[in-house]
Amino acid sequence: MLPRLPLAAWVNDIVHWLYVLIGPFLGDVANVIRVVVDGATNGLSAVPWWIVVLVLAVLAYLSGKWKLTLGTIIGLTLIFDLGLWDDMITTLVLVILSALVSVVIGLPLGIWSAKSRKAYRVIAPLLDLMQTMPSFVYLVPVLIFFDIGLVPAIFATVIFAMPPAIRLTRLGILQVPGNLVEAATAFGTTDWQLLWKVQIPLAIPSIKAGVNQTIMLSLSMVVIASMIGAGGLGADVMSALETVNVGQGFEAGISIVILAIILDRVSQKLGRDKPIMVESD
Amino acid sequence: MDSSIEVHQVTKIFGSKTEQALQLLRSGVDKGEIRERCGCNVGVNQASFNIQHGELFVIMGLSGSGKSTLLRCLNRLIEPTSGNIIINNQNIVTMSKQDLLKFRQKQVSMVFQQFALLPHRTVAENVAFGLEIQNVPKSERQRVAEEKLSLVGLEGWGNQYPENLSGGMKQRVGLARALANDPAILLMDEAFSALDPLIRDEMQRELLNLQDKLHKTVVFITHDLNEALRLGARIALMKDGEIVQIGTPDDIIANPANDYVAKFVRGVDITKVLVASDVMRPALPLLSQNDSPRIALRVLNETGLSSGFVVDSAKRLLGIVSADRLANAIAQQREVLTESDIEVVTPVHANAHLDHLVNMILRSKYPLPVIDDEGVLCGLIFKSSILEAFASQGGDAYAPAVAASSMGQ
Repeated sequence: MLPRLPLAAWVNDIVHWLYVLIGPFLGDVANVIRVVVDGATNGLSAVPWWIVVLVLAVLAYLSGKWKLTLGTIIGLTLIFDLGLWDDMITTLVLVILSALVSVVIGLPLGIWSAKSRKAYRVIAPLLDLMQTMPSFVYLVPVLIFFDIGLVPAIFATVIFAMPPAIRLTRLGILQVPGNLVEAATAFGTTDWQLLWKVQIPLAIPSIKAGVNQTIMLSLSMVVIASMIGAGGLGADVMSALETVNVGQGFEAGISIVILAIILDRVSQKLGRDKPIMVESD
Repeated sequence: MDSSIEVHQVTKIFGSKTEQALQLLRSGVDKGEIRERCGCNVGVNQASFNIQHGELFVIMGLSGSGKSTLLRCLNRLIEPTSGNIIINNQNIVTMSKQDLLKFRQKQVSMVFQQFALLPHRTVAENVAFGLEIQNVPKSERQRVAEEKLSLVGLEGWGNQYPENLSGGMKQRVGLARALANDPAILLMDEAFSALDPLIRDEMQRELLNLQDKLHKTVVFITHDLNEALRLGARIALMKDGEIVQIGTPDDIIANPANDYVAKFVRGVDITKVLVASDVMRPALPLLSQNDSPRIALRVLNETGLSSGFVVDSAKRLLGIVSADRLANAIAQQREVLTESDIEVVTPVHANAHLDHLVNMILRSKYPLPVIDDEGVLCGLIFKSSILEAFASQGGDAYAPAVAASSMGQ
């Protein structure tokens, strides 16, 4: 018989060791994030609801269609009417901040993994782990480090939502045609100039797709995030589940869907000035 | 004139055991065996040549002959495995990365087969790319971009995106971009191969015109021998990574170094190689403007011709005069030839290619007079001289074409 590997005990030891080692530091980080989150939430809540609707409607209009503009106004008014406005704002802040952190960390990692084969060899399995490990498994250690509230929710959301930002950034850079990279190199570009003047501009469509996916995955975490005290629309869904109130669950659910559609369409189309045609050999 | 580019024994071996492969190569083992013994591919095999300042040097070979690899060794887009490349007293091969970037920015530019224009930048921004890399101020970049665009005949296109341009125009932008940082050396990698034949012809002509003005050192890669012969002051023929022959177009046609070159040359359209001065015969007899009609007529009668070409005291061509006109002048008791006696004819330049002349010759009643830059008559082309040229160069494939076009007269 094989002796049983004490994997669980090892992981427990590592988490404990990490807690002792970086717990206080993470506590400080958590406090900073908490201040930012609370500020954003309180700030947005203080703004009259119709101004928020107006701003999002303008964004929807800028991203293209009047249909989307109309849908945004009707959808958000419905959320306000259902009395879910404050929860929606909490969820919006959670999603936007998580996506922001994911992109800020994910873009450089994506670029690095495109440039260095070694880096990709380390990052790729981590990405697989982040995407496939059931989120409940890391919710617990996240709770140990950050306590309950919006901060651990953001942390857990970032773990789940960051991989597409990394993968699609890497893909976009690798898809830049070799002859363009060669041409730029022939004119004496430094690695940095090559990256900023050729590779990133040409990878923008792919990077945008990554950002869009990150936002969508962040939204899909709101219900799970509410289990560790994130509040927002996810909490409404949870309480509806607990009381078997199908109607209330539907109201919260449809609000999440409305928010998802608005964020998806706006993030897909915003800032797309002209389609870039890349010729292939 | 001193050399602009000196290439000494440049070798490029692709694979992991390059040291071992290099040893084998130097001891004379052939490519195929090296591939079997150490899994390495010999891209360029000990190539050596010198290119003069302002020379248009063509490297020609079929695909896989290593010509593009050799070209990329010149600016180290591909690192040579061994050998030296001396440009402006600097050894490119041993340059530091910093110096190499400077070298690429200032001294050498490249034009690509697939144009390789950046699709997210306007035409002007593409042209100015090399300057932007050197942090040249924006106003200066714009000025240079406009200047270079008008040089290649694209003024006013600066604000367009490359996707709105035709293939020929894209390559003009590629050329303008390469000229923008005013390099001494232009590397052109199959620059016209992706263009359709008419546009290619036009671009070749334009490159030659530009070269007359700019006198860059140009290294031009092509797989098309006609293109090589038309453009190249000298041509290096490559096969299997080796340079098989280097010479002027005439050398290569007349004395192919081996069967491989001969086989290449056999397919050449010689009307594109030969120029008027290659097939002209001495212009005899010549009549002088100062001759009296009586003397002129006697000269014609002695040679049995019905008309003769007239030159001035500096031997510049004035036109042609017929025996009938001379007889008239004599009847009118005139002692000199007047302008009305002399019929104006269209001469051709000594450097004009035969393919442009064939129809003129076949259509003309007289032999074609050939003049040089000063207008001095240097020879005559007869219908028969063209056919002789075809026959002696073994260009049988073209004889029917000439026969057909003369039947159409």
